Amino acid sequence: MSKTIIEHSAASEVFNRDEPYVDWHDETLWFVRQKRDKSSKLLPEWEQLREAASGIKNYVLSHMDELLVAFEEKAKANGVHVHWAADAAEHNEIVLNLLKQRNIDRMVKSKSMLTEECHMNEFLTKNGIEVIDTDLGERIVQLRNEPPSHIVLPAIHLKKKDIGDLFHEHLGTEAGATDPQYLTEAARQHLRDKFLTRRAALTGVNFAIAETGGFVVSTNEGNADMGAHLADIHIASMGFEKIIPKQRDLAVFLRLLARSATGQPITTYSSHFKKPRAGQEMHLIIVDNGRTTQLGRADFRNSLKCIRCGACMNTCPVYRRSGGHSYHNAVAGPIGSILAPNLDMTKNADLPFASTLCGSCSNVCPVKIDIHDQLYKWRQVLVKGGHVPQAKELGIKAMSVVLSQPRFYQWSGKLGRSLMRTIPFVVNNGMNPWFKQREMPEPPKESFRDWYIRNRKA
Amino acid sequence: MTSREKILQQIKLNKPAETPLPGITRFDSLYESTEAKFVETLTAIYTEVIVVKDYAELLAKAEELYASVTNRASTIPALSSWTDFSLNDPDPHALELIEIAILQAEFGVAENGAVWISENHLAHRALPFITQNLAFVIPRNAIVNNMHDAYERLVETTGWGCFISGPSKTADIEQSLVIGAHGARSLVIFLIEEP
Repeated sequence: MSKTIIEHSAASEVFNRDEPYVDWHDETLWFVRQKRDKSSKLLPEWEQLREAASGIKNYVLSHMDELLVAFEEKAKANGVHVHWAADAAEHNEIVLNLLKQRNIDRMVKSKSMLTEECHMNEFLTKNGIEVIDTDLGERIVQLRNEPPSHIVLPAIHLKKKDIGDLFHEHLGTEAGATDPQYLTEAARQHLRDKFLTRRAALTGVNFAIAETGGFVVSTNEGNADMGAHLADIHIASMGFEKIIPKQRDLAVFLRLLARSATGQPITTYSSHFKKPRAGQEMHLIIVDNGRTTQLGRADFRNSLKCIRCGACMNTCPVYRRSGGHSYHNAVAGPIGSILAPNLDMTKNADLPFASTLCGSCSNVCPVKIDIHDQLYKWRQVLVKGGHVPQAKELGIKAMSVVLSQPRFYQWSGKLGRSLMRTIPFVVNNGMNPWFKQREMPEPPKESFRDWYIRNRKA
Repeated sequence: MTSREKILQQIKLNKPAETPLPGITRFDSLYESTEAKFVETLTAIYTEVIVVKDYAELLAKAEELYASVTNRASTIPALSSWTDFSLNDPDPHALELIEIAILQAEFGVAENGAVWISENHLAHRALPFITQNLAFVIPRNAIVNNMHDAYERLVETTGWGCFISGPSKTADIEQSLVIGAHGARSLVIFLIEEP
């Protein structure tokens, strides 16, 4: 995309201008996080389940090629056409050709973060294909011409008034209507017509099973099934890391996925596709797009274990107060920030810095990805590679000078404390990023070091 | 080199050292009563559970519950007198008119209220989604505790199957729960004692 990228910190500043809005965004996501906590605590084996899921995914990383080959063989035997795409462009071409060969120019799509990553909608639209997103949240952001701000809750950044206005304009609902029931009903009618008239449906893939050649798609709304079962051709797109060895492994992952995402014990629909229905074609596209490179990065390959539950976003104090769009990447939040630099280090160099490294993301991750450690490690890689703006690099260098020289450090501390006491406006102003949204603390009279020396003597 | 070969070769070069499968991946859920847990879970997700003795009682219940509804479909032969909508049209688009479908399903899962339905009992995959309202019938003794138990029952699967837990829903507008997104607006589960 040719859009200029606004750095995370700058975009967050815009997001933070409306304080009640940010508070609402923060609380809404925290509420989802609390639902996850409640739900996970009902299972005494929760931690063991996470361990099992992590172990299975580690096995997958180290047997990826064999599992994919076994999966392909089974899927083909089941009558599914399997395609391989090295990058986003190849994926998009495959989809376009499948549609063109069948003279199809309109398609419904259920949630697929991979197609967001590949910017497939823009590509298909440019080539004369109309794509309708059918997940309610995704349809909302599509009508607004913006990307989803969250992988599970695509329109979480919007208030019902925004959606009421949007539907009034596009779906002809009453002006000023904000009742979610009424608005959802309008979307149901609008999208039912699309399901009934489109000959092609594209879905994502939550899990692909090497043992059976089948794949599972999870939704709450039923839109993936409505699309796929009514269409002549079903195209499913998956990043290759979605593979799992055995069908029984689904028990582990389906028990974790929805509980981690929204606190539900399972999504409403967990649809197991194996063979096309009579008279239907089923195509599956296995996509790399940088994943093999990530697999080769010892420090970062674990990010490929992700099952896209979004728990790390809901818990992240930075995500909750900066919004998904600030991350300028298909996948936002902590997990997005460790996936994005692999795709483009220059464009995404700011993202691993959009974190306090508090570690909450790693603690809620159902497959135990060491997210905050990877954020920290990406910072080193990005600074060493010269991908970080000079101001930040200079700041880090200056800090390293101060911190590596004890006497200089003691003197700087003393100077800082006395400045804050005598001329507080030097730090209490808009130039100081630490002053934003908070008061500066009362400076202590003495440093911990001075206190320690004094008390040791006594 | 094709993309397939390129991807597989890169994976071979880049994948980590071999890790074995974890030892424990299956857990037991112990409930005082599996059925009570199933009902409790479903009640929380707006799904009514009704116990019937046999197909005759099911028919009576269906007639009572859906007396004023037209476009009634079912996959259960014992309900044929109750239906007024034929499922013989092979085109799934024709199902769009259905108001209520009562479908034979296979078993339920207590921990999450999911019911497994598959092509074993279903000629149209679209049916459980396209119908405005949905009811499943499963044997009363066919409820397992958790998903590990469920997959033990699913060693052989058909071309398509689905776990369905409650009616279709969304919370995409300000996290307000709305029942009836794209799929069924309501779900009833009949537990039949003598199937």
